[in-house]
Amino acid sequence: MIAELGYAATVVGFVLALYGAMASVIGVRTGRADWLRTGERAAVGIWILITACIGAMLYAFLTFDFSVRYVAMNTNRGTPFYYRITALWGALEGSIVLWAWMLSIYTLIVVVRYRRRQPELYPWVLSVMLGILAFFLLVMSIPAPPFERLSPIPPDGRGLNPLLEDSGMITHPVALYLGFTGFSVPFAFAMAALIVGRTGDEWITITRRWTIVAWYFLSLGLLIGGWWSYHVLGWGGYWAWDPVENAAFMPWLTGTAFLHSVMIQERRRMLKLWNLTLIILTFGLTLFGTFLTRSGIIGSVHSFTQGSIGVFFLAFLALALLGAFSLLAWRTDHLRAQGELDSVVSRESVFLLNNLFLIAATFTVFFGTVFPLLSEAARGVKVSVGAPFFNLVNIPIFLALLFLMGVGPLIAWRRASAENLKRNFLKPVLAGIVAAAVLRLFGVGNVLVLTAMALVVFVAGTITLDYGRAVRARRRSGDGWSAATWGLLLRQNRRYGGFVVHLGILVIALGVAGSQAWSLQTETTLEKGQSVELAGYRVRFDGLSASEESNHFKVTGAFTMTTGRSSFAELRPARKFYPQEQTPIAAVDYRLGWVEDVYLVLGDFARDGSRATVKLQVNRLVSWLWIGGLVLTLGAALAILPDHRKPA
Amino acid sequence: MSRGLAEVLATLLLLAGAAAAAPVDEKTVHDVAAQLRCVVCQSLSVADSPSETANQMRGIIRERLAAGESPAEVRAYFVEKYGEWILLAPRKSGFNLLVWIVPFVGLGLGFVLVALVLRRWSRTAPPRAPAAMDPALRERIRREVSEMDRP
Amino acid sequence: MRRGWLRWAIPAAVLPVLALLAYGFWTNPREIPSPLLDRPAAAFTLTTFAGSPLSLGSLRGQVVMLNFWASWCRPACYEEAPALERTWREYKDKGVVVVGIDIQDRDEAARTFLAEFGHSFPNAPDPAGRVAVDYGVYGVPETFFIDRKGRVRFKHVGALTDELARQRLDTLLKEPS
Repeated sequence: MIAELGYAATVVGFVLALYGAMASVIGVRTGRADWLRTGERAAVGIWILITACIGAMLYAFLTFDFSVRYVAMNTNRGTPFYYRITALWGALEGSIVLWAWMLSIYTLIVVVRYRRRQPELYPWVLSVMLGILAFFLLVMSIPAPPFERLSPIPPDGRGLNPLLEDSGMITHPVALYLGFTGFSVPFAFAMAALIVGRTGDEWITITRRWTIVAWYFLSLGLLIGGWWSYHVLGWGGYWAWDPVENAAFMPWLTGTAFLHSVMIQERRRMLKLWNLTLIILTFGLTLFGTFLTRSGIIGSVHSFTQGSIGVFFLAFLALALLGAFSLLAWRTDHLRAQGELDSVVSRESVFLLNNLFLIAATFTVFFGTVFPLLSEAARGVKVSVGAPFFNLVNIPIFLALLFLMGVGPLIAWRRASAENLKRNFLKPVLAGIVAAAVLRLFGVGNVLVLTAMALVVFVAGTITLDYGRAVRARRRSGDGWSAATWGLLLRQNRRYGGFVVHLGILVIALGVAGSQAWSLQTETTLEKGQSVELAGYRVRFDGLSASEESNHFKVTGAFTMTTGRSSFAELRPARKFYPQEQTPIAAVDYRLGWVEDVYLVLGDFARDGSRATVKLQVNRLVSWLWIGGLVLTLGAALAILPDHRKPA
Repeated sequence: MSRGLAEVLATLLLLAGAAAAAPVDEKTVHDVAAQLRCVVCQSLSVADSPSETANQMRGIIRERLAAGESPAEVRAYFVEKYGEWILLAPRKSGFNLLVWIVPFVGLGLGFVLVALVLRRWSRTAPPRAPAAMDPALRERIRREVSEMDRP
Repeated sequence: MRRGWLRWAIPAAVLPVLALLAYGFWTNPREIPSPLLDRPAAAFTLTTFAGSPLSLGSLRGQVVMLNFWASWCRPACYEEAPALERTWREYKDKGVVVVGIDIQDRDEAARTFLAEFGHSFPNAPDPAGRVAVDYGVYGVPETFFIDRKGRVRFKHVGALTDELARQRLDTLLKEPS
């Protein structure tokens, strides 16, 4: 009964969304506000309906209603309580519902915020958002209905994919989807601006905070994904250039490019056409990501797949891209640049280069991801494109971006004099070179690592220099310490928010460089009582124990780890045997540290517990990835604070 | 007496045999494994994957290296059995060269584009042709100027 | 003044990409074509679960249906197991040998599987996975059809059916040795 109601809600929602999209357009074209009001009410109605759907699904999960196929596929009687709730978005159908729900919330926020402030753009924005909602509700109704019934009703469900029974599961999809759907709003505003012909800077100023928030959540989602990969999947890495990881990374890259190039349009009125292209690309890439995960055209660890859903997504992607780019082509006359430049050495150039490198990285990732398909189409041979390719091409690009991150914020607009360059960059450059030299002395030979570290020091130097100078200036003009340091951050929160975000990226870059360059691992088979040693850690195998959990059978190894300084810890990696899975799932045990993590994976073992194969890793600087994420959070929060500057 | 000697000889032979088997550098195993795709995972290399298949494949790599094969020969063996698909990065030949070259070509083209844009921006804006004037206004100005010119 | 056609270049550029993605619907990323077809089958020497030796060389001159399986491979291996036994019973006197190779499995689980289906054809475990890699196996079940001259002629990925087995074996039996 509940399931049928849920299905009805989906269909009604779809009709409402179509209606609302059309009503908003009619309202603005005829000048009749009452049509627009019905469009708004449709938006509210849709939110209520989707929330009701979610309620119905949760009810089905919590009452073990295995007559609903989605519940039966993703939980069983042994699934712990909180995972029964997060199973809501654990597979294809539920993830679409989550996406649609977030979109409906964003639409409501748009309604509330802009109905009075932006009367000219708002109806079109609402229409576009409702149009996107209509698509997702259509998907929920036809190819991926969450309320499909199963007959006969199985006595027990299949269970959640055990890899998803983790805290990362609760947060990673939520953050990622908040990011993906967040980009719909600037996109909708861009479309509205193009339709109305107001292609100046308004749509950018209005959507600035949306862009930052969406970008932040996307960054967070990617980092949590890395953390989940690191501590659950048992291979000790956080990024595998898997096609679906790439599909989430690409909108992040273009989103970052967009974030930066809108600053040029704001200050100098240039790059209007380019900014519109970027937001269309970013939105298109968010759709492409969902298409890739669900269509099954490229194999991936994330692939949910199956059925006709891929066709729906491709059709919508085609509609969105062709429609948006055609709109853009139609309006190119409105997009003339108005600014000039005095010198190639200027902040404008740095921003252009920033965009160039980010787009180059996006293109590389895209081309590498679809190349297997291209190869098969062109000569019928299947090839793989994996980490060696992506690393080779992208690492130089990211190093260049690091460099630009240090130069950009400090170099002057329009023309940077030699004086300006010397004042801002001499000391940081020297610091970078010294850092590289010091590392070289300590035996670091790898050129890439040295460059990365030098750049990290360089960028940190520029940030410190600028901030220090600003603090000193405030102190000299009479501010107290608190106003000069903290107050400065709040007063110029956009600038310093950006700096803190850059600092976060720096920390992440440090973590990536360090972990790639200096991590160690070894694999060996141990008898009971035997030890293996790596980088000063000694791990002794003490034995195995078995236990029966609510939905799986677990074999846990007992290991004692000692370091030279006689501190010790017990590590208990396990192998979990789920009845519905074909191969056992490894549960890694690890000890995190500021500088290095110790990571132990239990492999094969003898039935009598006398022997076990283990993989021991000492991963360096990985924790800095997560710390960087925290810094990123602070920076983004700072950047979106309301302006403290009092109007003149 | 002779039995004891035989035992000693046997032990010595065994030890000699163990020493003669080429000691395999784990790093080489890791390097070769890092270039091969784990066939049961999606994007992990044989070096990284914790799966049983990857374990066994690493064992085979170790064996073949110990038997004297070069890393290239071990790779070729896997390609012979699984096809090009098993290499994590496409071989740099023929059609595959596209994937290696196109990104750099794209980057180069991008540089050219950026340079052109910057050049266009930094040229001083050409003086704009004066906007067409309202004829009545123009007439009025002409009249007033000619009035001004009268002594 | 904008060149009229150039502005439409961008929407147009999207089309080939969409076409490529659409092409993807006709491919299956999980199916890898085998490079072993029409090449000599790799030799192997194993010990069956019953303790006797099993080598490919000793089967030269007969048609061999080589099946890779595992007890943890549900549901496909369980679906095809009866078909394998039936095929064996039907063709054993026609010059066909059915051979099963068990990969990445535990001894008792494998024996339980064999007992459940009453397999009477030779089955052997592949302890280090050497034979599996020699045949480019990337999942179970996979079945290889080897002709009398010792060449791999067909490969089937996934559960095998009686008709398919019959079809392949009849084709190979018609050939001269």
